[in-house]
Amino acid sequence: MFKLEKRPFDSRTMAYCSPLIAFALTLLFGGILFASLGHNPFTALHTFFILPLSDAYGLTELGMKVAPLLLCAMGLSLCFKAKIWNIGAEGQFIMGGLGGGFMALQFLDAESSWVLIPILLFGALCGLAWAALAALLKTKFNANEILTTIMLNYIALNALLWAVHGPLKDPSGFNFPESAMFANAAILPLLHEDYRLTIAIFFGLFAMVAIWTLISRSWLGFQIQVLGEDKAAARYAGFKENALIWFALLVCGALAGLAGVSEVTGPIGQLIPYISPGYGYAAIIVVFLGRMHPLGILFASMLMGLTYMGGEMVQIEMSLPKSITGLFQGMLLFFLLASDLLIGYRIVKKAPANIEAPTTNRVSA
Amino acid sequence: MDIDLITNILYATIRTGTPLILVAFGEMVCEKSGVLNLGQEGMMLMGAVIGFVAAVTTGSLFIAILMAIIAGILMSLLFGFLSITLVSNQVASGLALTIFGGGLSAFIGANYVGIGIDGIQPLAIPLLSDIPVIGKALFQQDTLVYFSFFMFALLYLVLTRTRVGLKLRAVGENPEAANSMGIHVHGVRYLAVMFGGAMAGLAGGYLSLAYTPLWSEGMTAGKGWIALALVVFASWKVGRIMLGAYLFGVASIMHLILQGTGYEISPSILAMLPYVATIAVLVLLSSNQTKAKLSAPMSLGVPYRPQL
Repeated sequence: MFKLEKRPFDSRTMAYCSPLIAFALTLLFGGILFASLGHNPFTALHTFFILPLSDAYGLTELGMKVAPLLLCAMGLSLCFKAKIWNIGAEGQFIMGGLGGGFMALQFLDAESSWVLIPILLFGALCGLAWAALAALLKTKFNANEILTTIMLNYIALNALLWAVHGPLKDPSGFNFPESAMFANAAILPLLHEDYRLTIAIFFGLFAMVAIWTLISRSWLGFQIQVLGEDKAAARYAGFKENALIWFALLVCGALAGLAGVSEVTGPIGQLIPYISPGYGYAAIIVVFLGRMHPLGILFASMLMGLTYMGGEMVQIEMSLPKSITGLFQGMLLFFLLASDLLIGYRIVKKAPANIEAPTTNRVSA
Repeated sequence: MDIDLITNILYATIRTGTPLILVAFGEMVCEKSGVLNLGQEGMMLMGAVIGFVAAVTTGSLFIAILMAIIAGILMSLLFGFLSITLVSNQVASGLALTIFGGGLSAFIGANYVGIGIDGIQPLAIPLLSDIPVIGKALFQQDTLVYFSFFMFALLYLVLTRTRVGLKLRAVGENPEAANSMGIHVHGVRYLAVMFGGAMAGLAGGYLSLAYTPLWSEGMTAGKGWIALALVVFASWKVGRIMLGAYLFGVASIMHLILQGTGYEISPSILAMLPYVATIAVLVLLSSNQTKAKLSAPMSLGVPYRPQL
């Protein structure tokens, strides 16, 4: 008989091993899935995880997916550290894209790349404003942020749909729900002319270092961590809870907004009905998978970016639906949560005499 | 507004509110047992896609509905295993269920997008359906709408008048005390989670088999999340869930209402209404925090591990 026994202390080793276990289990079950669909599991997994990265083009494409994921995930990690369940990166991303796109459409005749500065700033500002709504609803009205941010995601999506079907539709675009193409000057500079990777990847890396410094080296970051670990202690120490909530959400909104505007002024180059393949939601998985640590989040962004490319690759090579991406992402998160059990518990043979009661975490509804 | 339009608005309101009622009933029972399952959206999507695929392949709507329910239950078991047996964080597990369900349903349904089926047809109840105005709305609907009326009565009786309801509440309020009274806490919670899964699967099936008989990726469009807000809004009471769901139904069919008045508003703007309404409801609730806290099950969201 095996039993679960509460560990006296959480295991750090297991905390780092858990994502690896989750990845291994995802590979295993992914292989089983491919096999059940009549494909050789090894070739299929090779097509999904290795083939997309076999040349320089693939690597730069991965960078293109990592940039928005990293930006969103770094912002979310700040919120999650403070136990603010912001699920709204997707909406903040879309509003950033919409706002930035709107700005870019004002500069259709621009010749100088300086126009990028107002465009990017306005995009980040729109993402920030969208997060500010969630912050207001949470601090002022005590509304559950999970539900409000999800609702704001759907509202943002419909706002974008409204814009591309209405006021921002290209007048000479044969009535397609798309805006005009942005001016070349309003497109983010490419790192290399042969590839689509833009300087957005530097925004992501910069955000990573900045948030890392903020969390590990600053008084503000410390307060956010304490708020997340023990609300009562934070109150007792006199930390301003509401101000911290505002701060975490606004930073996250600005970063997700920047990711959104970088996407429309990057690979997309205009406003279209769907500017995000769920980056804001995937970033949630990234944060958990990366253990809320900046370096972990970087690696997790790469893995998550790879699932997008793998989905496209199996569609091309094996004519399987591209949506297999979401399936792999979901599996990763599921297996991660399951193996996270081993952080606080260990599996032992036979029942020991005394089992300590687990400390239960209260989750506000 | 003429009488026909009012009749049609009432009819559409009931139809639109029905999937919300079904999910919200399931989630309410689940929350009464102390488990917060944020995976409603994922379970609904799986119910919708499996039901639709079953309808296309077997041609039987009855089997389709059954499969939708089973799909919902299987999904809920995944969540139950994580959050009850493995005492994982319920918020994270629920999110995982939604993300996983979204991915899996899109994958399964990829080859079924754009196929049409003959959906579940309305079944008029003789005599009653001839009542002016409300007759069509209440008695000329499909069987799943009638089922939602039936569930309302059943849940009301079970929760307030039976030992089963009492046990469920005991587990949600104070699992330690329930355990010491000989109630199998994990068993009750598993059953409640499975009931939630069945109802969410059914609600998904309603969407893809009756409401709009087709499958499209992410077709639930946040209804599972709205239902979660609805349960809080209704203070875990069945009657108020019915009422709230129909209010959201009205918000979702504003285009139909405005059609009669001649106003021209973009469909995307109108589509925002249910989400805006949800936020408004959450804000309204905050005006009475104490009451909301009192009606919530005491141990909602707290994992329980029996002491040996």
